[in-house]
Amino acid sequence: MSIQILMPALSPTMEEGTLAKWYVKEGDEVRSGDIIADIETDKATMEFEAVDEGVVGQLLVPEGTEGVLVNQPIAVILADGEDASAHVNVAATPSETVETVSNPETVAVVVPSAPSANLVSDPNIPDGTTMISITVREALRDAMAEEMRTDENIFVMGEEVAEYHGAYKVTQGLLEEFGPRRVVDTPITEHGFAGLASGAALTGLKPIVEFMTFNFAMQAIDHIINSAAKMRYMSGGQMSCPIVFRGPNGPASRVGAQHSQDYSSWYAQIPGLKVVAPYSAADAKGLLKAAIRDPNPVVFLENEILYGKSFEVPDVDDWVLPIGKASVLRGGTDVTIVSFSQGLTYALEAASKLAEEGIEAEVIDLRSLRPLDTETIITSVMKTNRLVVVEETWPICGIASEIAAQVQEKAFDYLDAPIMRVSGKDVPMPYAANLEKLALPTATEVVAAVHSVTYR
Amino acid sequence: MVSKRAPATVKKTAAKKKTTKKKAVPIFSKEQDLAAYRLMLGIRRFEEKAGQMYGMGLIGGFCHLYIGQEAVVVGVQTAVKEGDQVITGYRDHGHMLACDMDPKAVMAELTGREGGLSKGKGGSMHMFSREKNFFGGHGIVGAQVSLGTGLAFSNHYRGNDNVAFIYFGDGAANQGQVYESFNMAELWELPAVYVIENNQYAMGTAISRASAQTDLSKRGVSFNIPGEQVDGMDVCAVSDAAKRAAEWCRAGKGPFILEMNTYRYRGHSMSDPAKYRARDEVNKMREEHDPIEQVKARLLKSKAIDEAGLKEIDAEIRAMVTDAANFAQESREPNPSELWTDITEEVQP
Repeated sequence: MSIQILMPALSPTMEEGTLAKWYVKEGDEVRSGDIIADIETDKATMEFEAVDEGVVGQLLVPEGTEGVLVNQPIAVILADGEDASAHVNVAATPSETVETVSNPETVAVVVPSAPSANLVSDPNIPDGTTMISITVREALRDAMAEEMRTDENIFVMGEEVAEYHGAYKVTQGLLEEFGPRRVVDTPITEHGFAGLASGAALTGLKPIVEFMTFNFAMQAIDHIINSAAKMRYMSGGQMSCPIVFRGPNGPASRVGAQHSQDYSSWYAQIPGLKVVAPYSAADAKGLLKAAIRDPNPVVFLENEILYGKSFEVPDVDDWVLPIGKASVLRGGTDVTIVSFSQGLTYALEAASKLAEEGIEAEVIDLRSLRPLDTETIITSVMKTNRLVVVEETWPICGIASEIAAQVQEKAFDYLDAPIMRVSGKDVPMPYAANLEKLALPTATEVVAAVHSVTYR
Repeated sequence: MVSKRAPATVKKTAAKKKTTKKKAVPIFSKEQDLAAYRLMLGIRRFEEKAGQMYGMGLIGGFCHLYIGQEAVVVGVQTAVKEGDQVITGYRDHGHMLACDMDPKAVMAELTGREGGLSKGKGGSMHMFSREKNFFGGHGIVGAQVSLGTGLAFSNHYRGNDNVAFIYFGDGAANQGQVYESFNMAELWELPAVYVIENNQYAMGTAISRASAQTDLSKRGVSFNIPGEQVDGMDVCAVSDAAKRAAEWCRAGKGPFILEMNTYRYRGHSMSDPAKYRARDEVNKMREEHDPIEQVKARLLKSKAIDEAGLKEIDAEIRAMVTDAANFAQESREPNPSELWTDITEEVQP
């Protein structure tokens, strides 16, 4: 029997990629371990090795093809004695291709692309500004590079930030531009380098510390809280600790309990810290630049699933946004849905579904978790009288709990229904695909919560 | 960060072997002895006063006294140059006085008053001085080692020849982040002098009950960091070792570890009755190894000063301590509005 070679996934979150180059042609013999192709994603280019052995019967996808779905057949290897002519049309028709990839797991993790038509116009963007489409990953890199060009005191430090270009390729190109003095690969030593960078910040340097993920920052949390956050207060205002701790936070995809935690509420509780958790590329860029310039320690919570998403970013010289201001992503009068980071994926999808039913949801992106822009939330609740908060973290003592407390204290008389939380489930993250889906919030749950507060 | 050393070779092996031979320590000049005497006695009298004020309820919370260990900070300070940084843990009063920080402001911080170095908001364990390059004052055991390595990193980053002097105790020497820091310091050849103040007890736990390797100068061996054991009760020995370590760093050779064998006469903190050691052990140390008495004997023997001269110094120091104690009681408590200041710095638009 011939063997189909399928488009490989290079990471748990990869959905498609470019078949950049074939190293084999039809009729070549391949052995296990031979490099047969280059596969490219927005993150990286990787060599693809053959596992199966035989003669290449057919290349189903020509090199240079973009948007090749994971698990789509890309080539056929013939078994001994088989003839290529017998397999000319194997898996080549579009219907068969689609069938191959339409397993429920794959479809389930496809996150709808960011809506643009429903966006409320951003008052920070001047009329007539050219917009360019870039990924969140590129926006973060651009923010760091732009700031590093203007201030010699800024350096990036973390595991694999330099020669590997970042475990998630966020620091791509920084080593080449700024050199190893300012783009520093560290040993796997979170506690040590978070402390080291905090100490360097006390002398006026401005470190950007990348945690490969915030799960590993638990090793370093003593320095984030006890050293960086409290320094100014306990020195009576003498010491400053201008430092950014950044990296992906929250569940990614299929990485299990120890790599899937959302730490938003942990850091948002700490006086002396600022906490930012952007959703769009424009916010990621504008807020990271603000975080780097901020004289205070800033915890900058990114999201791995959002890294590869493209958004419109204003093409201006110096795009900086204020920390502590929420934004209204979608206007509405029937219910307020508040969320941040990846939670907005569910919130916006739910808002679109609700619109089809005639329920107009106002969607607020918190962007910053500390300071928390309660004013924007309350202004909206005074209009809609109903509030649903969506977040991926656990429900107990989460950001949603805090918002619920503040809104009932400050706008109790405006509420026509209890405030509802749509959170991650109160369990460690399971690995199994179906259980992981159950553990995370869904747009369906957001819709149900809105139905309950609108009594529809 | 690029290490200047080729990764596969360890060229420092010979140079970095621990010095085992007991070398003759250069003795201080009369002027140096007098200066050390004043400073050590000043620290001791200040700490005695702090202990007394704690007993009177004027100082709250934790109060860790430096009595007995004076020669360490006073000796190391002779190696400190303009622009060098100093950082330590929570037994920090002596370090601040040695860094020439105002005794009145230190004492007022102990009493939690607005005239304190941190406006009364830091307390005994949290004082800082930008002016004197003193970076605290840290309450989490071992945290100052990573932070201090960052101070050394900043010198390396800026390409100056300054050194960070990082003090920690025999207790902190068992913390994991100390070794994370050692690794990075040697890897990047950071100018860090690690001063381990081995006062023999981590709170109430004797070093032999807590450390598998009680020779703490060897704690850098697996990172190729040279180390040396020093008689931390002899200010001359401390000074000599600190100067050599600082030169090592300034020459771009990376970090250096000094284990100062010292002794604290008082309990771990004011609330420690020190039942874990015999009274005789403490008395023997005081009688035979007291750092201040050693210098005093030398001064008298060399006739650099007579008893009357010593009394004069004593009176000056008592006046300094009395002034500090008075100021610390007269200074007002912080204004209640201070509760809400210095949390974050305003962002300039």
